[in-house]
Amino acid sequence: MEKRVIFKGLWLPLLLVAPQMVITAVFFFYPAGQAIWQSLFIADPFGLKSQFVGLGNFEYLLADPFYRASFLTTAIFSISVTLVSMGVALYLALLADRLIKGSGTYRTLLIWPYAVAPAVAGVLWMFMFNTRVGVVAWYLGVLGYDWNHVLNEAEAMGLVVVASSWGRISYNFLFFLAGLQAIPRSVIEAAAIDGAHFWTRFRTIVWPLLSPVTFFLLVVNIVYAFFETFGVIHTITSGGPQQATTILVYKVYSDGFVGQDLGSSAAQSVILLGLVGLLTIIQFKFIERKVHY
Amino acid sequence: MATLSLQDIHKSYGATAVIHGVSIDVNDGEFIVIVGPSGCGKSTLLRMVAGLETITGGDLFVNDARVNDDEPMARNIAMVFQNYALYPHMSVFDNMAYGLKIAKMPKAEIAERVGKASKMLQLEPYLQRKPRELSGGQRQRVAMGRAIVRDPAVFLFDEPLSNLDAKLRVQMRLEIKTLQRELGVTSLYVTHDQVEAMTLADRMIVMNAGIAEQIGSPLEVYETPATLFAAQFIGSPSMNVLPGTGTGRGVQLANGVTIETAVLCNGPVMLGLRPEHLVADKAGPLVVLVKMSEPLGANTLLHGQIKGIDQDFVVSLPGVHREADIKGERRFSIPAAATHVFDAISGKRINA
Ligand SMILES: Nc1ncnc2c1ncn2[C@@H]1O[C@H](COP(=O)(O)OP(=O)(O)OP(=O)(O)O)[C@@H](O)[C@H]1O
Ligand SMILES: [Mg+2]
Repeated sequence: MEKRVIFKGLWLPLLLVAPQMVITAVFFFYPAGQAIWQSLFIADPFGLKSQFVGLGNFEYLLADPFYRASFLTTAIFSISVTLVSMGVALYLALLADRLIKGSGTYRTLLIWPYAVAPAVAGVLWMFMFNTRVGVVAWYLGVLGYDWNHVLNEAEAMGLVVVASSWGRISYNFLFFLAGLQAIPRSVIEAAAIDGAHFWTRFRTIVWPLLSPVTFFLLVVNIVYAFFETFGVIHTITSGGPQQATTILVYKVYSDGFVGQDLGSSAAQSVILLGLVGLLTIIQFKFIERKVHY
Repeated sequence: MATLSLQDIHKSYGATAVIHGVSIDVNDGEFIVIVGPSGCGKSTLLRMVAGLETITGGDLFVNDARVNDDEPMARNIAMVFQNYALYPHMSVFDNMAYGLKIAKMPKAEIAERVGKASKMLQLEPYLQRKPRELSGGQRQRVAMGRAIVRDPAVFLFDEPLSNLDAKLRVQMRLEIKTLQRELGVTSLYVTHDQVEAMTLADRMIVMNAGIAEQIGSPLEVYETPATLFAAQFIGSPSMNVLPGTGTGRGVQLANGVTIETAVLCNGPVMLGLRPEHLVADKAGPLVVLVKMSEPLGANTLLHGQIKGIDQDFVVSLPGVHREADIKGERRFSIPAAATHVFDAISGKRINA
């Protein structure tokens, strides 16, 4: 049985949850309500009048090939960011876990990128790969590869994926390392005595025992890739070339603030909201059940 | 033939030496207990045999093959850990079958071996459970089962009973002993509990600060402890040790009283008297001021001091004695054959 502290009366509990409720109301319920409301209208180009259209914005969106392409882009982008940032982090964590001396320094160095704001990270990577002045682009040129993410869609996607993953690796690394260190040494040793070599141990012991951490990171990273990569994309590619890196969040911005189509933008926010809700529910309902041992 | 042979095994972590040369030839089917206080290097020694720690000096043989540099899996050993180290995400069956699956044993044979071991350990009803759904004693048995199914040349145990309550510990101790006899597998067992060591061991290694103080059968160690340390570590309550001067076949204590000994000794010595060997004797030479008593049922422990010697002294008398009756000055004697004399400087037993 769970142990709880029981508060008598109504006022103290209300007072305690009030700040959280206020914040949620101001920063989530109110904007979400606004978005839903606005998604039902079309505003004229000057924002003076708006006209009620019901679900018209949604119908229009779902028929729009650019919008549907953005779905695919988002899927490719988030899956890649999640896989790259988690894969690299896990690899580094496995190395750090085997290391005893100097692991403190190693860890600190690996944490730094997390402190870099996404937009700054974006600028950093943009400069490194800048087709005219970028160091990496120049070296690639020396090697005979003509790097141009301004024109090449695959290269643009690759670059935003790498730039977005980079900062996340630190975060994921910390969780993976903590997860690895929570596995009792003796369990690993028992497996070694039972005849399991490194990869067998990883596959049959470490990976299953790590699954709660992996699951948690999966949820967090997908949400990150969906929403918080805006800064990176904005600074590096601005969604281009040809909308090749326009993920859903970026499209909300470019249609709403650049294109001034507030109704469509609001409708997109609503769809995005629903999508993330759905993803989270699926993840917790179906995957979480399997990861608890 | 020695199944397991340690030859002058050393271990140091960088500049810190923790094991200073331990040698023993373990016979086929023998149950060896490594016993000693916390931090003396028992686990380290065992883990070197298992291959979980590198051996920094000496040679280790399993079935006459030198295995110093072999990986743990290549050594033909199985180990039971203090915290059991079961695989938490696997059922009891899978826990036991894990090593066999890795060895690519046919399914039918795995089922047969696990079935046999679980029957032996009364684990049959729990085969599909996860470790967290088992009691401490059952987990302990699963850990044993995991070691048994592999049919190794050597079993290693690192304080396997220390997480169990006192009653279960006694029961499991007996089970381990029975099982080991039945299977006849050479075993190395680490404990800091001298009662466990006494009851389980065919021979024991009494360790102190990385040194094997004595290797011998429990009774040998009890009756003829080779060093002061072994004398005080084995036996409960612990042996009384009093400084004195050898006077031929006797030792004169600090208060002038002379206790007769069976051996010849001269100069500064330490006299060892086991509490249970003291006999209440109205004409005895040892005058003890009894301050407190601890009734244990079968016997009673008397705590106090020998008159004229400022040092705690314990006597164990058979039967029940009320504190009120036994308090105050009591006289005791001890047969010369039950005394132990040790060199005051080296702490070695004087046997002559
Ligand atoms: N990695 C290490 N580096 C340095 N010293 C170590 C290391 N591991 C163990 N030691 C030292 O080696 C000595 C023996 O340790 P060990 O674990 O073998 O003791 P033990 O006899 O098993 O004690 P316990 O009964 O408490 O388990 C200790 O003094 C310990 O401090
Ligand atoms: Mg130990």
